Amino acid sequence: MNSDVFAPWDDPQAKPLIQFRNVTKRFGEFTAIDNLSLDIFEREFFALLGPSGCGKTTMMRMLAGFETPTEGQILLGGKDIDPIPPNKRAVNMMFQSYALFPHLSVWENIAFGLRRDRMPKHDLEDRVEEMLRLTRLEKFARRKPHQISGGQRQRVALARSLAKAPKLLLLDEPLGALDKKLRQDTQFELMDIQEKTGTTFVIVTHDQEEAMTVASRVAVMDQGQLMQVATPDRIYENPASVYVADFIGDVNIIEGRATSVGEDTYQVDWAEGQAPLTAGSAKNFENGQLCHLAIRPEKVTISAERPADAVNAVQGKVHDIAYLGNLSTYHVELANGTIIKAQTANTRRISRRSFTWEDPVWLSWTATAAVLLAD
Amino acid sequence: MNRLSWFNTVSLTLGFAFLYIPMIILIIFSFNESKLVTVWAGFSTKWYGELVQNEAFLDAAWVTIRVAVFSSTLATILGTAAAYVLVRGKRFFGRTLFSGMIYAPLVMPEVITGLSLLLLFIGIGLDRGILTIVLAHTTFSMCFVSVVVSSRLVTFDKSLEEAALDLGCSPAQAFGLVTLPIIAPAVISGWLLAFTLSLDDLVIASFTSGPSATTLPIKIFSAVRLGVSPEINALSTIMIAVVTVGVITASLVTKRAMMRQRQDEQAAGRTE
Repeated sequence: MNSDVFAPWDDPQAKPLIQFRNVTKRFGEFTAIDNLSLDIFEREFFALLGPSGCGKTTMMRMLAGFETPTEGQILLGGKDIDPIPPNKRAVNMMFQSYALFPHLSVWENIAFGLRRDRMPKHDLEDRVEEMLRLTRLEKFARRKPHQISGGQRQRVALARSLAKAPKLLLLDEPLGALDKKLRQDTQFELMDIQEKTGTTFVIVTHDQEEAMTVASRVAVMDQGQLMQVATPDRIYENPASVYVADFIGDVNIIEGRATSVGEDTYQVDWAEGQAPLTAGSAKNFENGQLCHLAIRPEKVTISAERPADAVNAVQGKVHDIAYLGNLSTYHVELANGTIIKAQTANTRRISRRSFTWEDPVWLSWTATAAVLLAD
Repeated sequence: MNRLSWFNTVSLTLGFAFLYIPMIILIIFSFNESKLVTVWAGFSTKWYGELVQNEAFLDAAWVTIRVAVFSSTLATILGTAAAYVLVRGKRFFGRTLFSGMIYAPLVMPEVITGLSLLLLFIGIGLDRGILTIVLAHTTFSMCFVSVVVSSRLVTFDKSLEEAALDLGCSPAQAFGLVTLPIIAPAVISGWLLAFTLSLDDLVIASFTSGPSATTLPIKIFSAVRLGVSPEINALSTIMIAVVTVGVITASLVTKRAMMRQRQDEQAAGRTE
């Protein structure tokens, strides 16, 4: 692998900044985190992604020190952080509600943590000014939190949590309260700030697009367990399970039975009287084993005639069309009632669109386009 | 502005008359020339002059104010602490019972509270005086403070305290630097409530006061038993004036703060 690429998780020599070691957290009868182990490295922008109630916020609160693990250990820089109270940890958190102190000005909010460290007055002023510049808040320094807009409040919260130069910054759904356009701008701003400061960021989000945009690695969680931890492209292209494939982006799942037809190549029998589909998989499947074929809609080609060289081709008719401006998603109904989605870029004007409702069409994809999953 | 219908006009007039006629009569007769309270004999402010000369009344007023300041301050500290533990504290054995019990003095007849305190002070051999009144007033007004403060704490965003801890505050600093300043309006209104309650308490004070210390309500009550004098009317008028000014000031301040906040929020919305 190219050594310029930032990928400490592939380097066996790299020491993780944070280690979860068989961590379990129970609230009474409810198990929020179930025997979970995870390494996060320095300078990473790590995303915890999952539906609400999956335990991602509990993970973050354990890092901040507001919850303690029921079993297992959390190490920060090699040291067990369990006995360290939140106010003594080199970890800062940006809260979902921002939690800005309403009785203090923007300036005083940012200075709050530095004052607790008894930083000399001159250094403190420099640091606050630096943070104001970083988050472009110079003009609002004297205002109170209720005198600024939502986007500005979000930047104050970020500046306040970065001011103490923590080893680790935790962001709890930081952009949840912003509208879509502002959120996208802020995502790039966050990445920029993360690179400039070299801080390790751990972000909690339920928005998969946000996780994919900002993170160096994404952990997909469900019911207190890690479903997959990988870079955004691996999560998208090589999901480890049907759950992950379905949670990240749009996907077609075809159920069938696998038959090995060569090295790492399988045939999938998916419907009576239909030609089997071909897909590659590094994982082993028994002959006749139940499997799921996952194909992203943008990897499915739609055409009027059967492409001559297509490895996988199925026929159906257009059931529905979702027009998104730049893209169109065609919902194609196959003979057995299965709906397959195919996405195409609208490079031509809509009046020149080739297919319309009820048109008979062919869908095709290559042997490597689909991922074969056991469950 | 819409005119009120005759029915509403009558309701309004009757309601206000019912509330305020007794006080208005009292105020009018405080300016009466005559010594007889019920006979009008022309305008005069002489009773106010005599009031200022009356040592006994002035002493009682001074005792009352000291008692009110001390007891409401003590009640505010204890009541706020109790509210904080009950709203924020971890679950502990008997918490539900305790949180119910803190409100019991609200509904307890004052005579019983007064009597039990009297028995306690005699039992431990405490001489009745200012100290015993302060303790007694603290006991019954503390739960009022606790009610006011805990209703504010329930809506208090807990993540503000967590943010303070996260930024390096000890739990005590987090309370002093973040929680207390934010809940200050509730704490202040709790204090004002306790102050007012202490100011006009007659029953409990009469159980716990001694010959060395008499509060104004006791003084007025015992003076009236010998016959209502215009001096009492003057004194009462002054008390009404003080309370009115206080209430109007407080509501104006709150209203202005609210208006300023709304304007700020609108202005912030425009810069978005």
